[in-house]
Amino acid sequence: MPESDMPEREIMEYDVIVVGAGPSGLACAIRLKQLKPDLAVAVIEKGAEVGAHILSGAVIEPEPLDRLIPDWRDDPPPICVPVENDELWYLTADKRYRLPTPPQQRNHGNFIVSLGALCAWLAPRAEALGVDVFPGYAASDVVINEAGAVGGVIIGDMGVDREGQPKDTFVQGIEIHAPVTVLGEGCRGHLSKQLIRRFELDAQAQPQTYGIGMKELWRVAPGKSKPGLVQHTAGWPLDPAIYGGSFIYHLDKDRVALGYVVGLDYGDPDFVPFEAFQQLKHHPMVRDLLEGGEILSSGARALTEGGYQALPRTEMPGALLIGDSAGLLNVPKVKGTHQAIRSGMLAAEHLAESGSPEGYDARLRGSEIVSELHKVRNIRPAFYKGFWRGFLTSAIETVTLGKLPRTLPLHADHSALHFEDRYTAPDRAWRERELPPRDRLASVYFAATEHDEDQPVHLQILEPDVCTTRCTEEYGNPCTRFCPAAVYEMVEEGGKQRLQINSANCVHCKTCDIKDPYQIINWVTPEGGAGPNYQNL
Amino acid sequence: MKILVGIKRVVDYNVRVRVLPDGSGVDTDGVKMSVNPFDEIALEEALRIKEAGNAEEVVVVSAGGDECQQQLRTGLAMGADRAIQIRTDGPIQPLAAARALLKIVEREEPGLVILGKQAIDDDNNQTGQMLAALWDRPQATFASKVVLDGDKATVTREVDAGLETIEVDLPAVITTDLRLNEPRFVKLPDIMKAKRKPLDTVEFGELGVETGPDLQIGSHSPPPQRQKGIMVDSAEALVKELKNRGLL
Amino acid sequence: MSKILIVAEHDGSALNISTAKCVSCAQAIGGDIDIAVLGQGIDAVAAEAAKLNGVNRVVSVSAAQLEHPLAANWAPEVAALADDYTHLLGPSTTFGKDLMPRVAALLGVNQFSDVMEVQDDGSFKRPIYAGNAIIEVRAPEGTKVVMTVRTASWSQAEAGGSADVESREASTGGAGHTRWVGLQSGGDGERPDLQSAPMVVSGGRALGSAEKFEVIYQFADKLGAAVGASRAAVDAGYVPNDMQVGQTGKIIAPDLYWAFGISGAIQHITGIKDAGTIVAVNKDAEAPIFEVADIGLVGDLFTVIPEIEEQLG
Repeated sequence: MPESDMPEREIMEYDVIVVGAGPSGLACAIRLKQLKPDLAVAVIEKGAEVGAHILSGAVIEPEPLDRLIPDWRDDPPPICVPVENDELWYLTADKRYRLPTPPQQRNHGNFIVSLGALCAWLAPRAEALGVDVFPGYAASDVVINEAGAVGGVIIGDMGVDREGQPKDTFVQGIEIHAPVTVLGEGCRGHLSKQLIRRFELDAQAQPQTYGIGMKELWRVAPGKSKPGLVQHTAGWPLDPAIYGGSFIYHLDKDRVALGYVVGLDYGDPDFVPFEAFQQLKHHPMVRDLLEGGEILSSGARALTEGGYQALPRTEMPGALLIGDSAGLLNVPKVKGTHQAIRSGMLAAEHLAESGSPEGYDARLRGSEIVSELHKVRNIRPAFYKGFWRGFLTSAIETVTLGKLPRTLPLHADHSALHFEDRYTAPDRAWRERELPPRDRLASVYFAATEHDEDQPVHLQILEPDVCTTRCTEEYGNPCTRFCPAAVYEMVEEGGKQRLQINSANCVHCKTCDIKDPYQIINWVTPEGGAGPNYQNL
Repeated sequence: MKILVGIKRVVDYNVRVRVLPDGSGVDTDGVKMSVNPFDEIALEEALRIKEAGNAEEVVVVSAGGDECQQQLRTGLAMGADRAIQIRTDGPIQPLAAARALLKIVEREEPGLVILGKQAIDDDNNQTGQMLAALWDRPQATFASKVVLDGDKATVTREVDAGLETIEVDLPAVITTDLRLNEPRFVKLPDIMKAKRKPLDTVEFGELGVETGPDLQIGSHSPPPQRQKGIMVDSAEALVKELKNRGLL
Repeated sequence: MSKILIVAEHDGSALNISTAKCVSCAQAIGGDIDIAVLGQGIDAVAAEAAKLNGVNRVVSVSAAQLEHPLAANWAPEVAALADDYTHLLGPSTTFGKDLMPRVAALLGVNQFSDVMEVQDDGSFKRPIYAGNAIIEVRAPEGTKVVMTVRTASWSQAEAGGSADVESREASTGGAGHTRWVGLQSGGDGERPDLQSAPMVVSGGRALGSAEKFEVIYQFADKLGAAVGASRAAVDAGYVPNDMQVGQTGKIIAPDLYWAFGISGAIQHITGIKDAGTIVAVNKDAEAPIFEVADIGLVGDLFTVIPEIEEQLG
């Protein structure tokens, strides 16, 4: 029905509304209530439950958690294995070479966790302090008040059919008003994206850069997992022009979490990140580990890699950015959780003291959070020139603690693709695969992703004509390859090509919104509760 | 009239259920738990009956540990007026559940009890029928349509042969099938309201209900995997093969 | 020595095949097998039951209140017969699922639902979590076993026997509070219901358009089969959503499933994993459907279907 026929939206009021029940958002909510128990704080989460959309390695530094919940070790999260050993390997198609572990990657004292399980464990702690946590509700838009400031969020309508018409089950979303909105949506949050644009928060920053992380949880044959072993690999199956590598974290109960991260600044238009991950699993070193095991779950999520150079202004009237919504991940450490928790806590401390976002950005930039990013600012961009140049530069930057008076620039990922007819990928010596999942559709099955198919497509193509004309000619429709969930398909119908969007497969990783060369894919929130149902990722 | 609705906390239907390697059960570590989908339909039907003016109160009841209060709160947020938790330590089998429900029925004297036809964890499909037997009242299982008329209900049932219609005197037990209705979404403010609705807890042990005789649950195993069959090279060979197997 | 009573399912004139499947399950348990035929004017049904191989005796109870299978009226009657038996079996059809738990409750025992395998006379295997796990369940010592028999797991006992038929008076009256109104059968000359049809023909994306999907309808009608589709075909708009077979659509278990132009994504396989026989026709020899198909044929469905039709005459 037309907007004018809609009844007025119901309004709920809070002192602080946090968007996203990830580590930063939950840390922020918890800290707020610790400092000011009388504040009314709500956390909105689009996943059907807390943790359902969280995917990370994850090895975490415990120091921020020690500060947030001092006695957490007495009742640790369900997956929490102390790191025993670090290994870094350089792989060729058949062999492996041990590399010295860079200091940033030394993990003594750290823990391997499932970040999803950790968030599901944090949420009841927030609720015990009086935070209202609302999983299954998507913040689909922001409220801009008369003063031009962010005044809260709008929860998406539910029960709308594919054509946008209300169904029998239609429920109008409400507005949640609050003097402060905290955006903890993670990488490429769709509200953060709007607000960064609206308030020109990135005016002084380099373009944000991203990676795509794919992860699987396996139960391996008894005895093969060495609990506490942390392994990273570089090299094969990528050629040196593509930045990326794997993580293999050995958990308890014969479980192994493994994943692959690829920088989204790759240039090969025919490259399929999902395939690279699957290839990695067939390297003798990994294959030996997985053979005889069974895949338990899988998923994918984009992550920010821009670090210091790409850090936007993190405050605006009525709102602020925390965690990966701001882009605080530390790439050389391969970690962001400690940064997310710290920034959530810092935001809470700032709000508890001043009651307003104003001054948060300066406080963040003066904190250990940003100084940590400053030290490593040149490491990721050094890899623009290939693996070995990057490896060398990162060694120099590490030894000098980033004190060299230079800052390498960043370029936007979506402009990195070469035209298809002007690029020939090197032979990467990829092999026949046997380990599951056999393809992206099978992988989606293990992500347990679920969307009611009778709802508007949540992947909006702003200029559909481009897909079948320019994009086909220039890049050969790379969306059909970079999406790890096989959402995009070109199908022939009546002799004409057409873009088919299988939105029900979407795992909410945001890669399409980032990598599409024309920036015409706009990821918006589907009905609340839709999306993947990650289990222990 | 008062309507009593049973609610069970189960592993969410989206979860890929897996048998543990030692066969001791299925892996419920970190999995999402939800209201049994058939019970959601039962509650939706009760709420619609109330909204149509044919009932005054909807009471949700669940048996389980304190974690099942979460599902009862979901029921309250959907619109139930109050909730009763029958607190038990471990799982109880259908007969014990039916006996416990009967105690609640005797206390609450509902005109209608609506339950899901089965829980999607144990797939037993027994409790509603058993309650009706012990209560000595009518049962209308697998309902796809319910029409109330005074002290009678006309229920359309989804049976293998088609749609069967029966008429039952109230009070009665109805169990729901998938097509009865589509449950509503919970409105966010209703979650807050649900926190203030009454949720009473009664100890299973204090109901004076026998549990036995319980079936003894042994080891769990994964279902047999389908094997690759044969390839044929022509339609003729295909039809011949199917005829040989008595399928055509 | 077990004494087994099977409650027959019938429509007043003929025995439902599920009863013969229960006989196979009873034979696996071992012991004397009797069949109870309840209803009104059911001599023909009782005679049919008496012909099933392995049946010892048919107990026929005819009464007005038993004319339709209303569990409230039937359960006390079955419970009254139970004294002589160690095991009471019904099929896991909507008939048996409605009736047997009510019988079990009257006898004060829990029921074994959907028994798919017999370990011994007191231990059985049954599916839970929609078939994603199988459990062994044992009856406590000295209790009666009441079960429903998962029909898809058992073959029909053959006809060829000649058991005695013993007519008995009903020992209970009607409950009085439950009345049968009518039955509207699913068929009515239309295509069979996808969920319950013994044969299903499904089409996938390879059909190419809604118009071309007509090939599937015609083939199905020729065989008297129901029609299904993969999610890809639904998403492409060839057929409505309620025809979707698979994880997010219908989970079905026909005796024979035809998959035409369906690649066989795991999401689809989840919906047909309990099918009796899967036939797959696909142009792509590498399609995953062939890994689960009982009979596979690599070829273009548009040429294969007419060839099959020709073979069938």
